[in-house]
Amino acid sequence: MLGEQRIATMTRHPNPSLPNPSLRRLIQAEPFAVRQALQDLLNHFPLNALDPDQRGTVEVVLAEVFNNIVEHAYADDPGEIEVEITQIGQHLHCMLRDWGRPMPEAKLPTGGLPQFTDGLDAPEGGFGWYLIRAMASDLKYQRDAEQNLLTFQLEIDASSH
Amino acid sequence: MELKAELSGDVLVISPLHDRIDAAGAIQFKDRMREITQTMTARVVLDLSRVNFLDSSGLGAVVAAMKALAPDRKLELSGLTPTVQKVFRLTRMDTIFTIHDSLPAGMRHAG
Repeated sequence: MLGEQRIATMTRHPNPSLPNPSLRRLIQAEPFAVRQALQDLLNHFPLNALDPDQRGTVEVVLAEVFNNIVEHAYADDPGEIEVEITQIGQHLHCMLRDWGRPMPEAKLPTGGLPQFTDGLDAPEGGFGWYLIRAMASDLKYQRDAEQNLLTFQLEIDASSH
Repeated sequence: MELKAELSGDVLVISPLHDRIDAAGAIQFKDRMREITQTMTARVVLDLSRVNFLDSSGLGAVVAAMKALAPDRKLELSGLTPTVQKVFRLTRMDTIFTIHDSLPAGMRHAG
C-alpha cells in the first residue's frame, strides 16, 4: 500500500518531459511587481533549496534582467514577462520572455564596467549587464515573432544539500 | 523607504529600515538621503546592516548619495550583508567608499 502511494506521488509530475519540475511565472513588468515576483520565486523550488549566498546571486541576476525589461523593452508600454527556471544537475536554466521592444541592434549589451578614476566620477548606472555577465553563463538572446527570448544558466552547488 | 537618522557626535548615522534598496525604491532612497543629509556633519555613515538585497539601481542610488555630499562631506558605509558586499565588490564600487564591518561602538543604536 505504502509503496503504491509513493509511486503515485512520484509520478504526479508537472512537466514529465523535463528532468525536474520548472518554476514558471508570468509577471507584470513594473518595479513593485518585480520586487514581489522575486520574493515569490525565491520562496519556491528550486530557488528555496539554495544556500543564502547562491540565493543572493540568483536574486541579483533575475532582478537585473527583470529591471532591464521593465526599463527598456517596456519603456513605452508596460507588458508581461514570462520566467521559467529549471534545475538540471548543478545548473539553473533560466528562460525569460517578453513582448516589448527588441534589444538595440538585436544584440545583447556588452556589459562592460563603466570606467571611473575616483568617487567623484563614479558611475551611477550601467552596472546591470555587467553584473548579469559576471554571474550568469551561456547567455543567449533571440528576437523572434515580436518576442524577446533570453536564456542563461546559473551554476549552483547542489552537493551542499 | 524609511530611513532612520541619528547624530552621534559629529557623525550622522543613517539606517535604512527596509531590507532592500532596489529599482522600486531607489528614487525614494535618493530623495530621503538628500533630505536627511541637510543636517550638516562632515561624516555621514550609511548603516546597511538591515539591507539584504541591493540591485544596480540601488547601487547607483548609493553612489549618487555619495556624490551629492562630495567633495566637502564623505559618505561611509557600514555593515554590508553578503549579497550587498558581492554587488559592491564585483562592480569595484567597494574601492571608492570607506567601508566599516559594523558601526563603531559609540555609534550603535541603543535599542
